[in-house]
Amino acid sequence: MDGIHDLGGKQGFGRVRHSPEAPAFHEPWEKRVNALYSLAVRLGIFNMDEYRHAIERMEPRHYLSASYYERSLTSLATLCVEKGIVSRDELERRAEGAFPLALASAPGRSNAPGRERFAPGDRVRVTSEHVAGHVRMPAYIRGKAGVVVSESPPYPFPDAAAHGVASVDEPTYDVRFSSGDLWPNASDAAFVHVGVFQSYLERLP
Amino acid sequence: MTNSDPTTARRTAPVEQRVDAIQAALEERGLKPGEFIVQANHLVEERWVPENGARIVAKAWADPAFRERLLADGRAAVIELGYDMPRHHRHLVVLENTAAVHNVICCTLCSCTAFTIVGLPPDWYKDLEYRARVVRESRTVLKEMGLDLPREIEIRVWDTTADTRYMVLPMQPSHTVGWSEERLAQLVTQDALIGVARL
Repeated sequence: MDGIHDLGGKQGFGRVRHSPEAPAFHEPWEKRVNALYSLAVRLGIFNMDEYRHAIERMEPRHYLSASYYERSLTSLATLCVEKGIVSRDELERRAEGAFPLALASAPGRSNAPGRERFAPGDRVRVTSEHVAGHVRMPAYIRGKAGVVVSESPPYPFPDAAAHGVASVDEPTYDVRFSSGDLWPNASDAAFVHVGVFQSYLERLP
Repeated sequence: MTNSDPTTARRTAPVEQRVDAIQAALEERGLKPGEFIVQANHLVEERWVPENGARIVAKAWADPAFRERLLADGRAAVIELGYDMPRHHRHLVVLENTAAVHNVICCTLCSCTAFTIVGLPPDWYKDLEYRARVVRESRTVLKEMGLDLPREIEIRVWDTTADTRYMVLPMQPSHTVGWSEERLAQLVTQDALIGVARL
């Protein structure tokens, strides 16, 4: 989905809040959230793709204003409600207030037909697709051309795995893009490498 | 906290009460979240720490054969040293900095990192600013973060959009050649493993 989470290349943000040896956690409840969502994954209540997608499905104003671990909590609670582990009413009764959850999901999709195997050095283009469900193609590479650098082992296909759709595992390709191709005349010179699933790629001559 | 959910008129419960609510619901269903939290906290505090990456880098600096194995198959090489990677991290790509090339890692879509190796991602890595800006304005962002790279150094930004994970292999400072691995490991910071600092 073209969601609020897809931040790469968005303009208007200020300086990074950087400090040396910055902490991963600020509050004890954040550690509990981190543990609770990994417990749910371990118990098979949901998988990592479902978890990521439920964060992306948060109402955009809530996504932007929530802290990282509040987003994690919202995904955990949303999926526990959707999977029938607990009702929203019960959560709100226990929390003594509203418990905002993510919005409903659009349908997923399986692997692209006719996927090609690529080798380092191959020139490829990212397909120009707009996917309603979960997708791990950041919008800034949509339709862009790049060069394959390497191939990964096969992974579950996120567009399917986040929606319970049957699919086969497929490799990702580290594809090298030039920042000048991604944002012509509007970026710092660099190569940007993205792990792109096979289904999102087509061969260029 | 103000009500941020337009679908309900009720006031949003404070975040900690919401965490208590889901934890209590899981507890009541016999899923033992309390026990798991204790185990998970041990992992994030003691086991998945940047010192792992630092020791791996020190070993690569001191042992050329290990360095080759690390660059060829990062996952196998770190497992050989006794570190763990989750099953879904099927691939660890180690990115070698040189005098001419600087690598930096990010995750524009969420917060993916090789957390068992470089430690859990620091707060700024997960913030909207870093995620939005570093792919597009790498040199500017690095400079703001204290790393002013000469123009002739090529920057490679690695966006962690799949389950392949990355770690930067920083350049060894020339005055440290011959140091023990233990002493070398003290030099290597999490910022250097992510690539927002050089040593």
